Amino acid sequence: MDQHLSIKEKIKLANQSVLEKMISTQPTWIDVANAGAVIPGMERYTLLHAGPPQCYKNMCNPQKGAAWGALIFEGLAKNAKEADDLLNSGEICIESAHDHDSVAGAGQIISYNQPVIILKNLTNGKRYYTHMKEDTFVALRYGSYNEHTIGRLKWLANTIAPALSKGLQKIGGINCKDIIAKSLFMGDEGHNRNQAETCLFEQIFMPALLETDLSKEQIRECAYLLKNDENFFLYPVMASCKALLDAGTHEPYSTIVTTMARNGTEFGIKVSGLGDTWFTAPAPMVKGLYFPGFTEKDACPDLGDSCITEAAGIGGFAMAASPAIVHFGTATGVGGSVQDAINYTKEMYEITETENPSYQLAYLDFRGCPTGIDILKVLNHGILPIINTSISPNVAGKSQVGAGLVRAPMDCFKKALRAFTETYQVE
Amino acid sequence: MDNKDHPNKKVGPFFGERLVVANIGIQPFYEDMKKQNVTVFQIDWEPPAGGERELVDILDKLI
Amino acid sequence: MITRIIVRKNQYRDSVFLMVVNQQVMKFPGIGEIAIMMGTDNNKDLMMKAGFDSPDMQAATPNDMTICIRAESAEHIEKAIQEIDKLLVKKRRPDEKTDTYKTLDAVMRERPETNFAVISVPGQFAAREARKALNYGLNVLLFSDNVTIEEEIELKNLANRLDRIVMGPDCGTAIINYVGLAFANVVNPGSIGVVAATGTGLQEVVGIIDRLGEGITQAIGTGGRDLSDRVQGISMKKGIDILEEDPATKVIVIISKPPGLQTAADILKKISTCSKKTIVNFIGADPAAVIAAGAIPAKTLEEASLKAVATLRDDVYTAKDFQLSDREVTGLIQKEKKRMQPAQKYVRGLYSGGALCDEALAIMGEQLGGIFSNIPLQPHLKIENLSHGFRHSCIDLGDDYFTQGKPHPMIYPDVRNRYIMSEVENAEVAVLLLDIVLGYGAHIDMAGALSKSIISAKSLAEARGGYLSVVASVCGTQKDPQNFGEQVIKLKQCGVVVMPTNAQAARLAAYICQ
Repeated sequence: MDQHLSIKEKIKLANQSVLEKMISTQPTWIDVANAGAVIPGMERYTLLHAGPPQCYKNMCNPQKGAAWGALIFEGLAKNAKEADDLLNSGEICIESAHDHDSVAGAGQIISYNQPVIILKNLTNGKRYYTHMKEDTFVALRYGSYNEHTIGRLKWLANTIAPALSKGLQKIGGINCKDIIAKSLFMGDEGHNRNQAETCLFEQIFMPALLETDLSKEQIRECAYLLKNDENFFLYPVMASCKALLDAGTHEPYSTIVTTMARNGTEFGIKVSGLGDTWFTAPAPMVKGLYFPGFTEKDACPDLGDSCITEAAGIGGFAMAASPAIVHFGTATGVGGSVQDAINYTKEMYEITETENPSYQLAYLDFRGCPTGIDILKVLNHGILPIINTSISPNVAGKSQVGAGLVRAPMDCFKKALRAFTETYQVE
Repeated sequence: MDNKDHPNKKVGPFFGERLVVANIGIQPFYEDMKKQNVTVFQIDWEPPAGGERELVDILDKLI
Repeated sequence: MITRIIVRKNQYRDSVFLMVVNQQVMKFPGIGEIAIMMGTDNNKDLMMKAGFDSPDMQAATPNDMTICIRAESAEHIEKAIQEIDKLLVKKRRPDEKTDTYKTLDAVMRERPETNFAVISVPGQFAAREARKALNYGLNVLLFSDNVTIEEEIELKNLANRLDRIVMGPDCGTAIINYVGLAFANVVNPGSIGVVAATGTGLQEVVGIIDRLGEGITQAIGTGGRDLSDRVQGISMKKGIDILEEDPATKVIVIISKPPGLQTAADILKKISTCSKKTIVNFIGADPAAVIAAGAIPAKTLEEASLKAVATLRDDVYTAKDFQLSDREVTGLIQKEKKRMQPAQKYVRGLYSGGALCDEALAIMGEQLGGIFSNIPLQPHLKIENLSHGFRHSCIDLGDDYFTQGKPHPMIYPDVRNRYIMSEVENAEVAVLLLDIVLGYGAHIDMAGALSKSIISAKSLAEARGGYLSVVASVCGTQKDPQNFGEQVIKLKQCGVVVMPTNAQAARLAAYICQ
């Protein structure tokens, strides 16, 4: 970079470069395989979790429960007690999924033999990984480690994954960008509503499955997986968002956010010009609507890698596409009208660098989604990224307890600015 | 948007033919102007950088 | 029939949206057939079936918009394309909740006709917001206080470079284009312009002018520090320029607390080049210097208002202490003093407006000797213990000392009610002197809010064999949100003597003490 440019100009140019790379990603779901076979650095005793790096001792309860469940699934422990002992022994390698080109939803723990989605960015050939959902409400990612959950994980690994793999090979990959773009016109926002995405996926995928040599039984299992999980496509979307953001990492001088994630204890961000450093603050409590039988007392602090969708400009940032989401607004006291949803998206334009022409919002006269969170804009306007999210339970073994809205904490951005000042010697 | 080419550069009466106001701050001022049939916009202002002065000074060097 | 096929690369529109555009353009005169579609294989088939084909169309991708028109003539086609373009343009849909934004940037983007900013954010960041607003070409009312003098100077220099004005910081009042901003009164439009470095000073002047049947063009605030020798009256000078150039303004009034010496001289020099008659109320200024500058000196806010009206009407101004006749005034004074005990001798002013307190200090000072205050005219008259008055005194309850973290006495009556009750406990107190300030921002019924304590205080004095006189004036107009007439009546019903101006109220209070 030309040394004669002012720091403002350097930042501008760096951000432009980052956004160009991010906008031009071509996320494609190419295959399904076991984590150990494809995730870089994944060893037999490695467990991957959402959010900034965390040690077992300090993990929130859903993650602990999920860790026990994962070790039982792996056959490394027979029950929760043995799992706990093993985890305390130091033999298990606990790592942040983000450090392995992966994302994990809610309290999910990805382990060696779990099947993972392989998402490829055709633009630069890089690959990203995420797990699948074995169940909707009571599941590993909410800390369930019971027999049912372990059985479902095995079913996913033995029955579903191979079938998905064959179908994906047959079709040559699923263009996720296309599905996301269309779904934004169909009432999805990409984080809490993925129903249109799932339908669009199913529309292309079922015919492909029928072209393979899979048995009717195997195809039926896949069909019922989709039937019973109308938000199935969230995970390929999360991986697509990871691909988008990762395309723009490590650009010197850039102030664009490349990750947002939480582990139930801390909320963390990464910034392009500041490499792999996490800037963290205590994970906030989500303001939400609770399912029957649950209240705030049952809620875990904000948890999961799913806000990678917001970081990439969809999810809560695309709330204008998904008026139904606004009912969460009633819990925040903001009202919960359609106009509120639109206002949230409009707010996000104030803190992002560009509008993604591939992901348009019909209600805003086809403006692109607000993409590329700039920490300088966040700090300048005092406007924090808005996130729609599910709420995890605060004990292991329960279900999702609700869903709502939460803001990324200001402290993450303040820390990032201080680090930027030091790194680039701003006087 | 910068000032020198701004469409509001003075032409005619100094304050313009009619006031079109951005109210940055307390709501009652916005309401009182509305009562007087003024075209007024309320800005729900948030302090920059969580209110930390020295961070704001740094920020102003970068934006 | 003429056919035309246009391919617009990388212009995606939703298929349903395009169908709507299609349908609308089909209705135009002279159109035979039309197909506006994205270049997918299916759509190309459809377009070919409709009789449209070209190499460009065949080469179109699903990201490209294909516009096919068959019409009677080239002109019909041109017209159709123009209409299509209008329909394809991203129109801003009018919002339901139009008025609220999160940033000034958003406002300027969506409402570029915005030309004014009222800023009342915490002082620490107020200058920053004002700078942003100025750079957008807006004039600014900077209501916030706790802005540093360095920031003020920088802002006002910036405003000068941009041919704009910053009213403030700490500017509580302005009336611009007949709109009352922040704490301001509703006044008749007219021919007198005002530039004031004091909020309630501005309010008293426009109020008196209005009640005399004249009106205001612009009432420009400058903030209290503008005429210091550090700030050098940048906004006052700009205000004078504005009024000088304003065709509707025939007479100019300028008001300030004692200005810096150099600044006062500068401003008088400026006025000497003005074509319009200017009335100058600089507290403590030498009238001779004002006259030498070709301007008209005024000792009080009241005099400034009366002289402005007289000048406008080409009348001769005759100074009078009271509007009431001498006989009426004497009667009033006697009535108030009749039941007082001999020990009662002091006046205690309890003010919500700083400039009104100043005016009272000056007027009563002449009649009674030095008046104590928290904002005294001379340092040796400063009250140390502000929990109550001292000898003859006027306390400005709107001063920072009282309003840190607490609401202003123009909005909340509590502090003044407490002082009313505590002053009466002192048997040497003869008269309470009050200002009731109306207008936007002020309490909706201050007279009512003070009446209970006034009645109680008077009863208390009576119970011990004395009499507490309460004298007041109402600063405002008939058009203010509060009911001016009703405020006067409520006060009178409590036994308050209501005078037409603050100056006359102060004079009467002093006479009662003599």
